[in-house]
Amino acid sequence: MSALPIHRRTLTGLAKGLKRREFSSVEVTRSYLGRIAASQPDLNAFITVTGEAALAAAAVADARLASGQAGPLTGVPLAHKDIFCTEGVLTTCGSKMLANFVSPYDATLVARLRDAGTVMLGKVNMDEFAMGSSNETSHFGPVRNPWNTAMVPGGSSGGSAAAVAARIAPAATATDTGGSIRQPAALCGVTGIKPTYGRVSRYGMIAFASSLDQGGLITLSAEDAALLLGAIAGFDPRDSTSVDTPVPDYTATLGDSLEGLRIGLVRQFFDKGLDARCEAQIRAALAVYEKLGARLVEVDCPNLPLSVPTYYVVAPAECSSNLARFDGVRFGHRCADPKNLIDLYRRSRGEGFGAEVKRRIMTGTYVLSAGYYDAYYLKAQRVRQLISRDFAQAFTQADVLVGPTSPVPAFPLGSKTADPITMYLNDIYTIGANLAGLPGMSIPCGFVEGLPVGLQIVGPHFSEARMLNAAHRYQTETDWHLQLPAAYA
Amino acid sequence: MSLSRSDIDKIAYLARLELTEAEIPAYVDSLSRIIDFVGELESAQTAGIEPMAHPLPGLAQRLRADEVLETDRHEHYQRNAPQVEGGLYLVPKVIE
Amino acid sequence: MATAIATDVEWETVIGLEIHAQLATRSKIFSSSATAYGAAPNTQANLVDLGYPGVLPVLNAEAVRMALKFGLAIGARIERRSVFARKNYFYPDLPKGYQISQYELPIVAQGSLDVVLDDGTRKRIGITRAHLEEDAGKSLHEGLPGVTGIDLNRAGTPLIEIVSEPDMRSAKEAVAYMKKVHTLVRYLEICDGNMQEGSFRCDANVSVRPRGQQKFGTRAEIKNLNSFRFVEKAINYEIERQIELIESGGQVVQETRLYDPDKGETRSMRSKEEANDYRYFPDPDLLPVVIEDALLETVRASLPELPDQKAARFASQYGLSEYDAGVLTASREMGAFYEEVVTRVGGKDAKLCANWVMGDFSALLNRDNLELALAKVDAAGLAGLITRIVDSTISGKIAKEVFEAMWDEGTSADAIIEARGLRQITDTGAIEQAIDAVMAKNPGQLADYRSGKDKLFGFFVGQVMKATGGKANPAQLNELLKKKLAG
Repeated sequence: MSALPIHRRTLTGLAKGLKRREFSSVEVTRSYLGRIAASQPDLNAFITVTGEAALAAAAVADARLASGQAGPLTGVPLAHKDIFCTEGVLTTCGSKMLANFVSPYDATLVARLRDAGTVMLGKVNMDEFAMGSSNETSHFGPVRNPWNTAMVPGGSSGGSAAAVAARIAPAATATDTGGSIRQPAALCGVTGIKPTYGRVSRYGMIAFASSLDQGGLITLSAEDAALLLGAIAGFDPRDSTSVDTPVPDYTATLGDSLEGLRIGLVRQFFDKGLDARCEAQIRAALAVYEKLGARLVEVDCPNLPLSVPTYYVVAPAECSSNLARFDGVRFGHRCADPKNLIDLYRRSRGEGFGAEVKRRIMTGTYVLSAGYYDAYYLKAQRVRQLISRDFAQAFTQADVLVGPTSPVPAFPLGSKTADPITMYLNDIYTIGANLAGLPGMSIPCGFVEGLPVGLQIVGPHFSEARMLNAAHRYQTETDWHLQLPAAYA
Repeated sequence: MSLSRSDIDKIAYLARLELTEAEIPAYVDSLSRIIDFVGELESAQTAGIEPMAHPLPGLAQRLRADEVLETDRHEHYQRNAPQVEGGLYLVPKVIE
Repeated sequence: MATAIATDVEWETVIGLEIHAQLATRSKIFSSSATAYGAAPNTQANLVDLGYPGVLPVLNAEAVRMALKFGLAIGARIERRSVFARKNYFYPDLPKGYQISQYELPIVAQGSLDVVLDDGTRKRIGITRAHLEEDAGKSLHEGLPGVTGIDLNRAGTPLIEIVSEPDMRSAKEAVAYMKKVHTLVRYLEICDGNMQEGSFRCDANVSVRPRGQQKFGTRAEIKNLNSFRFVEKAINYEIERQIELIESGGQVVQETRLYDPDKGETRSMRSKEEANDYRYFPDPDLLPVVIEDALLETVRASLPELPDQKAARFASQYGLSEYDAGVLTASREMGAFYEEVVTRVGGKDAKLCANWVMGDFSALLNRDNLELALAKVDAAGLAGLITRIVDSTISGKIAKEVFEAMWDEGTSADAIIEARGLRQITDTGAIEQAIDAVMAKNPGQLADYRSGKDKLFGFFVGQVMKATGGKANPAQLNELLKKKLAG
């Protein structure tokens, strides 16, 4: 019997161990709860830890495991990004606005994972309302990168990525509006998957930008991601944008050959903004793919450089409307002693939202307002169409696109907070997939000065199985994904 | 293009956000820069290009059967409400 | 500076209506909460209606079908692809901070309705569009000092907003059009038409211009009119206000106004004035609504006979005037009631039936303020009465008395005729006897008549009727009396 400690195992490994009764779900859960508590002062990855409920759920799972009624995920613990509504549990979205908000219902993703028998450890930290690329906008304080606590973990799913990287949770749910799964996964050296828009229900996921938001996962491996994605993907009648397409068994095709796979290298992904040391790691990863039988083809997406400005019109526009419901009337922060209705609105919102959220609400309000709608909002939606067409064209030449996830590795806390545009440009390689609704992944592919580098894989709509296959084959050839920070070994 | 303080005041009012005196200059600056930055879009050739409101093309709205599936849970829902009385959410007097 | 304006200008009024009709679905447009009226506050508002974080809208199929019914009924163009947008503004009865409404691409475009004006002429009123949207909640002020209470039961109730062209030229025309729409939506069973409960209400856009001028004047929008009477009064007040304003050198400002029924005047709603920059954009939570042929054909097949079609059929099938046909088809229930009466009477005497339904029957309904369904005399009862007129058992005059008794006592015509002995006298001998007695009693009048005062014939008819308690058969009486008087 392997002596591998619980936290060194992947989620797949834990599931197998639970099945074989090597350890109980209660033991596993207790182990992670202990690690969470120990890490909290350094990492600040969790906003809420639901220890008692987790142990109770683990006990139930153990009973199912004992009675032979367990499913593939029964008894496996994980953490939820605090953007997902969880019934009876604080759901803050990283904001003062919702600091006391106890959701009366479960998000579809949460309910599905609960029904699959997983055990929720708690709710992980995030940028406020998922607006940020460094996890520094959270009302509950920044999350730190387990590889170097002076560095940011990326964002907005910084808590999810840091938790998985530090093995204080074997997996975490996350969301991606412009790179919020892939970029922190890259910066923390873990595996992140943003599925195709419409693949995972958005019901119960607090909206930032509805046409871009997509729920997904941060895990240790593509294999883990495949296992979990099968549980959360699928049609939801409560989400009009959810797509009614069958969910394949993503684990079944993980080992497929990559012989003849056409890997597209988007010229615009290898521009002058890419850190040369990161590029070297990416090129090395591409060599691994060639060894696995893939062919590299260069493709062109001429409109892609406009993806960041396009995103910073579309996302704030939608956010300005989505966040109008936080008005201090039915839930959320309410200012003290409002003088009148306008005062109630203005102070509740002014006090409840942080600086970046207010900036984006105002940007969105501006681009939608009379006289600017055509010049900004409509124009951006047209450019979005051009960017989508670029991708569609690229996929006539390539099966998947591979390149960097982030132009740079993790950066020091506070180093980019002064200028929002510098921060926004962190997502230059990831935003395109959101604009076009494409699935994307980030997998670890090396280190630069002790900090992880992420390799991004983007596929056509609903090509998650192929992407996971490509990621898994890379991970069978390399062990970057199994590296863990010394402090959390 | 640069936004003025009065532009920021107007936007903040429309968005029902109260900004402190200390916040305003920072927003004048950062919003001006963001608006300049997204102004890059102007250069794109978009004549005859349909705006794209949804990331997946060709999908149509699904229709729900007209069924009542809810029971009264207002007390549960109102636990998050700052001020309620007799089942009503309360706000400062609205004058029409 | 006031400019001198000639006060002998003849003014023309221009009116357009935006009618909001709540659709009679069971559940809300985007959620599965009930839409029933009158529930305790917030007991019919679920997470979607409350705009809770994370929830999403899913469109009610029935609301779409009802909008299509309306579109087909007004001969409109059905847009095969329509889009929901968000209209963004902050208001406590609007939980999400935006209203989901169709903006640039409505489901129904360009139709029309014909209305019959007082002078009998027909006028076609254009309908620019009809779109689906969600209703807001309600703000309550009574019994809450210093605060306003918000009830979101109504939030998310499906509405169809029917926007007319500025085709009406008087308050009366506006009311005629609104009544026509009211009739239609009830025919189609897409709206209960209950104006007191707010199921059917309108905003009126009113402007004036010198007759002959092409350009429209500046308009004011009067919000939330919920009775035909208020529509007429508010518009007339507004017309006068605008004319007086212009004639005294002022200018009409484009604004939203509220009608105060107690004072009978409109006043500016300043609270809604400021900053109405609605920042419409397509709702990313909803996809385009695509209407397939099959759905449209199913809806078309489900359409009932429409008011105008029914009126035309009544006119030709029953030989009624256009006016009578219009009155009898004003509601689906009235049309059905009339047809049942005619059928029971035997399909003949349709005009007599029409007179009874529109006359005495409607008069008592109105007097007692009753819905047709609650009338004290049903179609079978009324038909029974008319049958006794047709078969000469009673006269039309006696029938009125019988009808009132039926209404009050809830019995049949025959029972009353029997109990009160109202059967008409058709026995020639009995009538002659009565005539003889009257002639004997009035020798002077008899002499005058015989000397050429023909007008006295009426006097003798009256006297004989009086003597017979009104029961003498009028036709027989006429004939016999003529003979007898002639001597």
